[in-house]
Parts: sequence; C-alpha cells; structure tokens
Amino acid sequence: MSVLGVRNWTGIFDSEESILAVTSASRLAGFDIVDVYSPYAVHGLDEAMGLRRSWMPWVCFVCGLLGAVGMWWLATWALAVDWPSNIGGKPLNSFPAIVPIIFEMVVLCGGYGVIFALLIHCRLLPGRKARLVHPRITDDRFAIVLRAPDATRDPRDIRRLLEEYGALEIATGYEEVDE
Amino acid sequence: MASSAPTNTAAGVETASVATVEQHVTPPLVDGDKSLGQVTNDVCRALEGKPTRLWYICFFVSLSILIVGVVAVAYQTIVGIGTWGLNRTVGWAFDITNFVFWIGIGHAGTLISAILFLFRQRWRTAVNRSAEAMTIFAVMCAGIFPLIHMGRPWLAYWVLPYPNFRGPLWVNFRSALLWDVFAISTYFLISLGFWLLGLVPDLATMRDRAKGKIRKAILSVVSLGWNGSQRTWRHYEIVYLLLAGLATPLVLSVHTIVSFDFSTSVIPGWHTTILPPYFVAGAIFSGMSMVLTLMIIARKVMRFEQYITTRHIDAMCKLVLATGLIVGFAYATEFFTAWYSGNQYEQFAFYNRAGGPMAWSYWIMVFCNVCVPQLLWSRRIRGNIAAVFGITIFVNIGMWFERFVIIVTSLQRDFLPSSWSSYVPTSIELLTLLGSFGLFFTCFLLFCRFLPMIAMAEVKGVLGVGRSKKGGEK
Repeated sequence: MSVLGVRNWTGIFDSEESILAVTSASRLAGFDIVDVYSPYAVHGLDEAMGLRRSWMPWVCFVCGLLGAVGMWWLATWALAVDWPSNIGGKPLNSFPAIVPIIFEMVVLCGGYGVIFALLIHCRLLPGRKARLVHPRITDDRFAIVLRAPDATRDPRDIRRLLEEYGALEIATGYEEVDE
Repeated sequence: MASSAPTNTAAGVETASVATVEQHVTPPLVDGDKSLGQVTNDVCRALEGKPTRLWYICFFVSLSILIVGVVAVAYQTIVGIGTWGLNRTVGWAFDITNFVFWIGIGHAGTLISAILFLFRQRWRTAVNRSAEAMTIFAVMCAGIFPLIHMGRPWLAYWVLPYPNFRGPLWVNFRSALLWDVFAISTYFLISLGFWLLGLVPDLATMRDRAKGKIRKAILSVVSLGWNGSQRTWRHYEIVYLLLAGLATPLVLSVHTIVSFDFSTSVIPGWHTTILPPYFVAGAIFSGMSMVLTLMIIARKVMRFEQYITTRHIDAMCKLVLATGLIVGFAYATEFFTAWYSGNQYEQFAFYNRAGGPMAWSYWIMVFCNVCVPQLLWSRRIRGNIAAVFGITIFVNIGMWFERFVIIVTSLQRDFLPSSWSSYVPTSIELLTLLGSFGLFFTCFLLFCRFLPMIAMAEVKGVLGVGRSKKGGEK
C-alpha cells in the first residue's frame, strides 16, 4: 500500500505542563502522536505518549555479559593454556585473581555497548543534519506532532485540540512516510 | 488513562498536602526565577562573546606551566628516570604519589554525576558537567605518571593484552598493577562517554543559536543531529541511568584497585585490609575539595552564582566533612590495628610515620585532613565562601601529603637498618608535578571557553523545584 503523504499537525507550546496535558489529551482523543519534542527530558511524557519502556537495558546486559565471558576466557586461556607460568605455586587458572578485570570489562563493554546502541538506534551520528520542528526546540519550546489516524476523523479536530490547550503556533504540512 | 483520580480518600488528601508543603519548603535549586530561555542565554553567553582578559591571563599562565612540564617530561624521557630522587630503598615516591593524588581528584566528577544521580540529589545538575570535565582531565594527568615511570613510554602498549610475536607473551592478569591498567582505562573511557553523551543536547542548543557559519558547521557535526525528539529522549534517559548504574561501582572499584597496588604487597604500612575503603573515602574527600576550589572560582569568574548557589556549596561541604571524618577514622584505625596486631614491623612502620624523620609530612596531613575540615560543622563557615575556599586548599594539600606519607614513610626504613635512607624530590620531579597542574588547568580553561559549563538540558528539568507556581512536579 503506497501512501504518498500524510498530513501532520504541529503545535508549539512553551511549558512542560501544557505539553504533558496536550499529549495526554491527544492520546485520549485517539490521534496518532508522531512525536513530541522538548528541550529537556520531560518526566512522564513517555507514559503520556503511551511509549513502552526502553529496551536499552537488555543491550547493556548482553554487552556486559559478553565482556565478562570474553575477559574470563582470555585471562584463563592466557594464564593456564597459552602461557602457563608458576607464580608462587598458585593454581594456573585461579579465578579470584581475575575478578577485578572481569568487572572492569563488564562496565566497559556494557557502557559502550549501550552508548553505541543508542547512537545507532536513534540515528545520532556525526554530521547528521538535524530535522527541527521549530528553531527554538532545543532552547525553550515544546512541540507535538499529531496526525489523524484515518480518513474518518476530521483533521480540524486536531487544530481545535491544539488551540484548546493554548498552542502558541500551529503548523500543518505533508510529510512523506518512510514505512 | 484517566487516572487523575479525585483525592477523596484520606491518604490521597494527605499526599496532596505533603506535596504542596514540599513545594513551599524546598528552596529553589536555581536562583533568580529563571525562564528556560534565560538558562540558555546565561550559559551560552559566556561561550559566544570574546574571552575576558582574566581568561587570557589564566590560560597563558597555565599553558606556560604546562610547557615547563612538557620540557621536564621530555628531559627525563631522554635521559632516563635516573633523574629522579629515588634510591634502592625508596623505589616508589613522587610519581606514584602524584598518580594516586590525581586519580583521587578524578573521583568527585563521577560521584556527582553517577552516585548522586542514583540518590536523586537534584542539586547535582548545576555542577555535574564541570565536575565530570575535571574527572577526565584529572585522570589524564594521573595517566601520565605511570607512563613516564615505564621509562620507555613509547612501549606503553605492552601493558595491554594482545596477540604478539614476543612469545606468545601475555600480561600477568594476576598483578594488581595490571588491574590498575584496566581500572584506570575503563574509568577514563566510561567517564568520557558519559560526559560526551551528556553534552549532546547542549551542543544542539548551541548549534541552533550559533551565528557564524564555521561555528554552526562544527556544532552540527558534534551535536549528532539531535532534535529533541521524545523517542530519543526516552532511550537517552535510560542509557544515562544505566551509565550511572555502571559508573557507581566503577568509581568505587577504581580507587579500591589503586589501593591494591599497595595492599597486595607485603610492606608493613601498606599490607592492610583497610586500604580500599580508606582510599575510596580519601578520593572522594580530595575530589570534592578540588571541585569546590574550582567551582568557587568558576562561579565568580563566569558569573554563575545563580546556578551554583550557596546551597550547592553547603551540600558539597557536608560531603567533604563526611568523607573527611571517614579518612580521620581510618588514620586512627591504622594505628590501633598496628598496635593491636602485636607485629613489631607493622608497629614500627606507624611509629616511624608519626615520629620518624618524615613526621612533619604526617602531621601536615593530619592537620589538613582531620583538623581543618572540622570547621565545616559550622553552618556559618559553610556559608562563607572565602572560608570554604581556604579549607578546600588545605584539604588538597593534605590529601597530596597523605599519599606521600603512605608511600615514602612506609619504604624509607625497611627491614634492614643498613639500607635505611630518605627521599628528596629532584627539580625534575617537582617540575613534572607542576606541569600536571598546568595540563589540568589548561584543559579546564579550554573547557570553560568552548563547552557549556552548566548542563542546560538538566538544569531546565529542575527549574520548577521549589517554585510554587510551576509546582515542583516529582
């Protein structure tokens, strides 16, 4: 099914309270929330948008685990197999001695794994051009982008809702849909 | 979703009223009733104009000191570490003291950005950016010393485990010194990642108000196309939390492992189980003092008094006092343990510390780290910026001497009296220490000049705290 473009409505607000209120109201009214933009992380906004919990902790967990297993394997193999050396008659594969480096590797791999996952998933890449809904969105403005879920809804309802919650500016435009 | 239930139950009414009371009782985190736009303006203004004359003077002084340090390092690299004052008895002295000192300074940044984040200490937002920057610069300074100590710094990569044609020859994973390599490099990399990630939204703010073409182009590259989308913020916040969760045990592990360098040896005075907690507390103590020293100057010079308020200074003073008490307690415990152990070598090491030829350094340490911080019990002193500044300078000096005392006095008189000796640093060693301060301050001044010193995106999130009209939500 090919959709050429969908009509988006953008409302600009100037406070955390109004963006939270309008987001909850839009969701209750059944409009599709394309995205909400804010200069800082507004608490409670993901619940208001109905977003699920981020899956990033799993990436962190898996990367940390890989780091631990990798380091354990490397240290044990190097100490006991590839270059066995008798140090004070201690067992070649003594585990407690490598716990500190395993821990450091968990932190390093878990940390960088999740940072790279974030950058790639959210397409935060060097030189990528920012698509701003409003020039002051990283300063002091909040924005919500809405879309009617289907043709049966009157798009003017969206405008009415944005006006009702005190939008400073309302813009509309067609946007090509990726998927 | 319509969960805005009317508060008709008794408990509901109670929570509501508690929340209202809190709004009135909690003082605001940011003074001056700032709006969001004002925060952006205040923080960016310092970066957009020409640097002040004071900045230039400080920068050139620091840079000159750095150059002196570079020359000293070049000299000892070419000639060899025989240029140091070490001898057969005192085989470790100045460089390791400086290394531990700088690593300690680097602990406050991650404490503020990670541990206080997990404890929901929201006052941290105004100071975390610069404290994290300090961490990174301090760890850089620390890293230089083991590099020089290798004697052949161009072979420094030999400390990393990688497949090679020299054997196969692997690093000794059982050695505390190797654990240190892992701990310090992980700490540096994670702190750097944490700091850079935190910078992204603020760099985007700077990008969107940049006037010059080149400035805008550079900021566009480094701000990674950030557009404030909630779909990004959602993951970003979780990643930030995860990094804080990872960095919290990390910060505790780093100085623990540094203390293993000493405690896993069999030298009396080093071979004690108290060393890890003692070192961690000392690190936070010295790091917080250095943060205070720099913050007190920076808030004045950059005119950030309304962001870094007396409330921040008060909270940090309390942390200095608390960790200082732990350090003082550790000093006492060491002596008690030495006496109670019945081990004459252990006892001698401590008698030598407090009454031997280097007793002066021990008593400087006790005076600066145990006596002076007691002044911070007084609220009036915590509120007096000049007094706090003075106290933090004492603590910085005291904590340098702590490492010097632990290292040098434990070594100078070993088991064989005929090999007893002393230690005096050479000019090369002193210039290297001075040079590390040059590096630290040069980096810090460049940071103040080119990057937002205050995390705007975080401060904006706590602007509502303590304001009745906005309602301190959460």
